[in-house]
Amino acid sequence: MIRRLSTYVIRRVLSMILLLVLLSLVVFILFSLLPADPARLTCGKSCTPEIIEANRHRLGLDMPVLAQYWEFVKGIFVGRTYAANSPDPVQCSAPCLGYSFKRGEEVFVLIKDRLPATIWLAFGAFVLWLAAGISLGIYSALRRGRWQDRSVMGVALVGYSLPSFFIGLVAIFFIIIRWQLLPFPSYISPLENPVQFLQTMILPWIILATLYAAFYMRLTRNQMLEVLGDDYIRTARAKGLPERVVIRKHALRAGLTPIVTAAGLDLAGLLGGAIITESIFSLPGIGSLAVNSVNDADLPLIVGITLVAATFIIFANLIVDLLYAVIDPRVRLS
Amino acid sequence: MTDIPATDDAVLRVTDLRTHFPVRSRGVFPKTIGQVKAVDGVSLSVAPGETLGLVGESGCGKSTTGRTVLRLIAPTSGTIELDGTDITRMSAKQLVPLRRKAQMIFQDPYNALNPRHTVGTIIGAPFEVQSVSPPGGVRAAVQDLMARVGLNPEHYNRYPSEFSGGQRQRIGIARAVALRPKIIVCDEPVSALDVSIQAQIMNLLKDLQDDFGVAYLFVAHDLSVVRQISHRVAVMYLGHIVELAPRDSLYSKPLHPYTHALLSAVPLPDPRAQANREQIRLSGDLPSPINPPSGCVFHTRCFRAEDRCKAEVPELRELLPGHTVACHFPMFDLEVGTVIRGPQGEVSELDAPEVRPPSEVIADVVESGGLARATGVDYVTGPDATPPD
Amino acid sequence: MTSASAPFLSVQDLSVTFPTEDGRVQAVDGVSFSVERGKTLAVVGESGSGKSVTAQAIMGLLDRRLSSVTGHAWLEGRDLVAMDDDEVRRERGSRMAMIFQDPMSSLHPFYRIGAQLSEAVLVHQKVSKQAAREQALEMLNRVGIPDPRTRIDNYPHQLSGGMRQRVMIAMALINSPALLIADEPTTALDVTVQAQILELIGNLQQEYDTAVIMITHDLGIVADIADDVAVMYGGRIVESGSVDDIFYRPQMPYTLGLLASVPRLDQVRAERLDPIPGNPPSPISLPPGCVFQPRCAYSDRVADHACEGVRPELVDIGGGHAVRCHLDGGQRLAIATDVLDALAGSGA
Repeated sequence: MIRRLSTYVIRRVLSMILLLVLLSLVVFILFSLLPADPARLTCGKSCTPEIIEANRHRLGLDMPVLAQYWEFVKGIFVGRTYAANSPDPVQCSAPCLGYSFKRGEEVFVLIKDRLPATIWLAFGAFVLWLAAGISLGIYSALRRGRWQDRSVMGVALVGYSLPSFFIGLVAIFFIIIRWQLLPFPSYISPLENPVQFLQTMILPWIILATLYAAFYMRLTRNQMLEVLGDDYIRTARAKGLPERVVIRKHALRAGLTPIVTAAGLDLAGLLGGAIITESIFSLPGIGSLAVNSVNDADLPLIVGITLVAATFIIFANLIVDLLYAVIDPRVRLS
Repeated sequence: MTDIPATDDAVLRVTDLRTHFPVRSRGVFPKTIGQVKAVDGVSLSVAPGETLGLVGESGCGKSTTGRTVLRLIAPTSGTIELDGTDITRMSAKQLVPLRRKAQMIFQDPYNALNPRHTVGTIIGAPFEVQSVSPPGGVRAAVQDLMARVGLNPEHYNRYPSEFSGGQRQRIGIARAVALRPKIIVCDEPVSALDVSIQAQIMNLLKDLQDDFGVAYLFVAHDLSVVRQISHRVAVMYLGHIVELAPRDSLYSKPLHPYTHALLSAVPLPDPRAQANREQIRLSGDLPSPINPPSGCVFHTRCFRAEDRCKAEVPELRELLPGHTVACHFPMFDLEVGTVIRGPQGEVSELDAPEVRPPSEVIADVVESGGLARATGVDYVTGPDATPPD
Repeated sequence: MTSASAPFLSVQDLSVTFPTEDGRVQAVDGVSFSVERGKTLAVVGESGSGKSVTAQAIMGLLDRRLSSVTGHAWLEGRDLVAMDDDEVRRERGSRMAMIFQDPMSSLHPFYRIGAQLSEAVLVHQKVSKQAAREQALEMLNRVGIPDPRTRIDNYPHQLSGGMRQRVMIAMALINSPALLIADEPTTALDVTVQAQILELIGNLQQEYDTAVIMITHDLGIVADIADDVAVMYGGRIVESGSVDDIFYRPQMPYTLGLLASVPRLDQVRAERLDPIPGNPPSPISLPPGCVFQPRCAYSDRVADHACEGVRPELVDIGGGHAVRCHLDGGQRLAIATDVLDALAGSGA
């Protein structure tokens, strides 16, 4: 059985790599089809056709798309040098996801610098919303139709329908400006100043988690209600198991399985940047970087962020599928 | 290859039909690693106005056969002739006009009807699809059909959810007979229904056959139901027809050991007969249709199997009039010309069953206090040698 | 009810109602019966007859917040209906057990067979996990699972339907309960497997001296294994008695209708069946008088439209044979003789 699980893992990893290659190719081709001329976008107002052509050559944009793609892929593994023959070559070391001439910085470095804030934001919110969503969802399911259930679902509906930019701004106004319960948010690494880190992150976490928690409450409740009606739950009760064992051991394991899928993909989506929350709280994350890169039409950076975000999703898919195989024997043994 | 009674005017003729489903490995480059031989060399024909019962246990391929002959599933090989036209390789477009001749009724009357359409729309759909304008208009034709199948025509605008299970099956039947097809494939049409409703639906199917001359390919697992409705019966096991015979011949003189086992396993609604009956217990489980046993597919569970059965595939042969069986050691003594009754090989004369009214039998029972059978045909006696499992 | 001669299980005037948005649903209405150890009671009925709800009420499997159960179910002198949730839970799986229709969905797909069986042992017996596993192995062996040492580590989806139902039976009987309720245990199985399972239940019943309640719609199964029969319709028992009473001396028009509806292998085939007209009643709107009256061909023989307005009582007509019908004894006998003779004679 161990062997079967490992072949399953190998199979899945191989197909993930294939998917990544295909995805990067598609992204690359899509961006090459855009009407915007990336070479034109590399220089500011004082542009001359000569500079554009020189930049075009330096960026390798005069090559066919597939050749450009090949250079790009090669760059990820061995790095690449832009305009190697010119007097001012630009070095981009491996893993090279491209070079932002606009910012004069390697795309990989830009993303790497912004990643911690995004990861902290995503994981913190993830823990919060899973804890709140799942526990309240189960509670609601076990009290179906009674006032507790209705209250929880009412709260979920409110959380669901409030846009995060709205509650984010309201929270900043009251909690930070009016009542001054927290200092103005200013991101700092938790290793440097844990207190300031927490003070900065607590509101974004809550704001971001609210929407997801509402969604997970409903999802968990519906899953649990469905499972509690399943035949094997009736069997567990017929065996004489105490109700808490029926719930914890039999219903939860089956009911939470689909939630693993949703949670994995949602977390991965957030790792690609929580655009609104990061912007409201001025967090230096991938989301705000993405907004800036779009505003600046910084194409290499947009391509890089897109690929990184997509990689998170594909990777999360893999993790979710493997977890599924661990949880559900029918997946790994069929 | 087989001796199917060749009626030239068969409304459906199937020859050496195979439906195999590939089993693929998973992963980036799936390979075909095997074939599920759901239907593996089935030949049969259905005459106009006839009901051919197709009976067998789950996994025997009866439903796949039913769906394949309507080209709802693509056949792997063989030929399917519908009313004289070879439809085996026809495109979906070419099949459209032929759908007027062949229709289907499904098992689950809850899932087979679109819940968002009114009954009128559902039953009238075939007219629309085939661009047929019945005299008097579609609505009149639909209401006529509704009355014909025992639905209130005033319920034309109601939705399926407002009907009971039996009534929904009537809706499905009305839709199937709307264009007066020559044959209807019925896939377990009564198995989801209550006992009292089953009988209503079987009578309705029979009445429609009498009125319209429609033929049925009646796929079911319930041997009593199949006997009630069929003129001829084919018994399937693991993708093969193992026995095909006129109804009465099959039920009174089953020649294949599997048919014997099936019949003996049906509990009779008669406590005394049931108590006196010895039953054949088949051992083991159904083998996988991916790797069916060699030779006769039934040999792994057969109480009469010998070495020859493992090596040689038995052909269907006619041992009694119209009664064919695929077995090396059928329960029929060729020299004496009698049916062997029971796995131990005792030979007895074929007798017409003695039928007595139960009230008479009850009187006997009450008087004597002894055991007697109300009525009955004793098709299976005695395997004390067959161990359960 | 604690005297020595009291029946092993005695259900008295059991009723179950569910409050719904469409009104109160009377699923079970005043059901009474008893079963002795070693005997089998078959409860026969169609969908909506209340037969499964009756079983779940006895087992305490109905959510008390969503249903109201009244009456009594005396199991060896103790009333299951009056017990609190935890008391009745302790009885489940130890002194009374239940198996269900679909053995695939009735086993937890994520746990191994062995774990599911051991769990049933551990909840009721103070034994080690190892000892529980030994009991599980022993039980798998006893229900005829080949190679139990391998099978005990299988997951349910790795077994065939028949094997799964054997596992369910093993799980139900592992604590040697005195009462087994089987709710359509073979409906999802093939006929040859059904025969194996019924035989297994019969053998284990003898071995453990178990009282069995077999819930089924199949009259063949009833004839095969029942000692006594209760015919249910619209939430009520409409006829009950010994298996011979029901098959050879039926009196209630519904029972007769059922017997006439089923196609039978043991009789000369009739060209047409003689079905009961109409549909079973909805438990939301039961007729005020006799629940079977709207489908009964004989209610016009009763004076004053009593069948439509007056609810008939279940009356013992002798020897434990009880009938719920307004027709008088002579009328019922005449009707029964007609129906049974027509059945046997038709098509001959």
